[in-house]
Amino acid sequence: MKTPHLQIPQVFILGMLAVLMAMAFWAGIPLSGIMGDSLVRLVMNGVLVVSMIPMLNAGLGVNFGLPVGICAGLLGLCLAVNLRLTGLSGLFAAMAFSVPGGVLLGYLYGRLLHRVRGREEIAGTFVGFSFISVMNLFWAVAPFTNPSMLWPIGGKGLRPVIGLKGYFAKVLNHAWVVHLGDLAVPVGMLAFFAVLCLGLYAFFRTKTGAAVNAVGENEVFAGLSGVNVRRIRIAAVILSTVLAAWGICVYAQSYGFIELYSAPLMMAFPAASAIFLGGSLGHRTAVVQAVIGTFLFQTTYVISGPIANALLVPEVAEILRMILTNAIILYAMLYEGRRRRAQG
Amino acid sequence: MRRVNAVPAVFLVLSGVALYYSDLSPAFVAGEVVTRFIRDGVMVLALVVPVTAGMGLNFAVTVGALAAQVGMVLAVDWGLQGGTGLLAITAMGLALSLVFGCIIGAVLNLVRGKEMIATMIIGFLATGLYQLVFMVGYGTFIKPTNREMMLSRGIGIRNMVDLEPFRNIMDRLWVVQAGPVEIPLFMVLVVLAFACVIAYLMNTPLGQQFKAVGEGYEKARMLGIDADAVRVKAIVLSTVLACLGHIIFTQNIGMLNVYTAHMNTDIFACAALLAGGASILRAHVGHALLGVLLFHSLFIVSPQAGQNIFANAALGEYFRTFVAYGTIAFALVMSTGKR
Repeated sequence: MKTPHLQIPQVFILGMLAVLMAMAFWAGIPLSGIMGDSLVRLVMNGVLVVSMIPMLNAGLGVNFGLPVGICAGLLGLCLAVNLRLTGLSGLFAAMAFSVPGGVLLGYLYGRLLHRVRGREEIAGTFVGFSFISVMNLFWAVAPFTNPSMLWPIGGKGLRPVIGLKGYFAKVLNHAWVVHLGDLAVPVGMLAFFAVLCLGLYAFFRTKTGAAVNAVGENEVFAGLSGVNVRRIRIAAVILSTVLAAWGICVYAQSYGFIELYSAPLMMAFPAASAIFLGGSLGHRTAVVQAVIGTFLFQTTYVISGPIANALLVPEVAEILRMILTNAIILYAMLYEGRRRRAQG
Repeated sequence: MRRVNAVPAVFLVLSGVALYYSDLSPAFVAGEVVTRFIRDGVMVLALVVPVTAGMGLNFAVTVGALAAQVGMVLAVDWGLQGGTGLLAITAMGLALSLVFGCIIGAVLNLVRGKEMIATMIIGFLATGLYQLVFMVGYGTFIKPTNREMMLSRGIGIRNMVDLEPFRNIMDRLWVVQAGPVEIPLFMVLVVLAFACVIAYLMNTPLGQQFKAVGEGYEKARMLGIDADAVRVKAIVLSTVLACLGHIIFTQNIGMLNVYTAHMNTDIFACAALLAGGASILRAHVGHALLGVLLFHSLFIVSPQAGQNIFANAALGEYFRTFVAYGTIAFALVMSTGKR
């Protein structure tokens, strides 16, 4: 077991957080509100981030093809809204509806990625991009019937943004909120996330989970000791895809809207950045690292918005986020590359 | 062993079918294709060298485009005009793209085997830094001389900067009327000249080194080639060509969308190169020239064809986005083999 130590990204982000906190304090922005928001955003984005773990640990690298799973989840969400399901049961129904699509797409995506071993990341990126444009064609002609999802004029094709108010907007956010002074803790939401993370942790303790790790560490050795490498890799992709589908369900209910068409195009990059921020640098990733990374990433997100507004340049928050996201991913790639070079 | 690449044929058939259903006149389409050829030709040519050097598709051509845009914004800020202004833009763009190319090359040598995804991330990171400078830096740390291009709040440049002093300077030279189609002969020759230079370069000792490194990094090193240096040269060349290509592109458009003009240039250029029959392991100048023609023919006719076949112009629009991404995804999935 490697002793955990701070890497440049963590040092940088902790420093940045300290500066931002000081600025927020100085600008009179209440910190309790920020903490509450960042707990909500942790879960809102956290499921998408942990969805990357099975593929990372199976040695397929970062799942830049996250949109594949997201589209499966969007389909589940649309089915649930079309059936006018409401409340927590509506959300869980949407998650259940997205499983068959997630398994099927994950299987096909996994087979595709097995063809391009060593180049999974770039291939996944473009499989994801092109799948989004295929789904664009689908959303434009899909035979849904609930008028609140369709274009108001003409009544054909889905709207780019579907409001979930009246269905299951923020049901998880508002499930069992505990107020500690000014701080609102979304206990139900955190509990849901904890159960999911524990499930994933338990999965890596099973025989299949151990095989996933073994394939990720040394494919040849795993194959020699009787593991069916192809099967395990495809299983990891299916698991990642289904989790990504659930991730977008949680994200959409938290946001209050389903965003279709090109909205998920770039969603893989902040998620990848969050996972690296937690201390996973290309090798085996623990669930807890993903959670820490997401929390740090989302806290900077929450805190930078009001500060940028106070500074009169609102765009700066978005730009800084973009720089941060990609700088962290690039750092992780450089770190991994240097490690491989050192090993020869 | 060389398999026949069916991609150009597919593009030809699709364009033909879409042209038939679009009801656009062939003369109009031909004119548009010529315009796109001179706009995008050099950018697509910029991708040939890194593929030959075994680095795959260079999505960081956006950085070369950014270098060109920096030059343009500065030229407008300093009130430069006409031909001298264009020369100043080119000089500034080239200087910047040389520096950026060296940096990108050094980074890519550290991530060997994952160059393509790294170039994508580099492109996004550079976009962020560029936007930070011109959205926030301008008006705070950098004092503008030209107040007209600033946002009313005094910080940041407007989204659109008019390039009136440079518009179509090069396109108006030697315009030839071929029937109903107007051909700016000078610019066509410029693109072809770039193509000839690159084709010639591939036969020089430097070109042989690119090929040797492309065929095998370790093998090239055993032959005594400084493979890392050769790879840096390939990326510098690509970035410089991308910068020149983007200058040609923007002076043709005549307006600079300061924050977004460079986005997706990488996607369209890569898709065009692959449409011409290149793969991520092998590309030459012919692929680039043929690819621009085929890719843009389909691009021009598909929205109208979508409108006429499905009574929905959006479908044609989605279809052509799919074509751009799908062509690249297809090439990445199909070319298994090495590595």
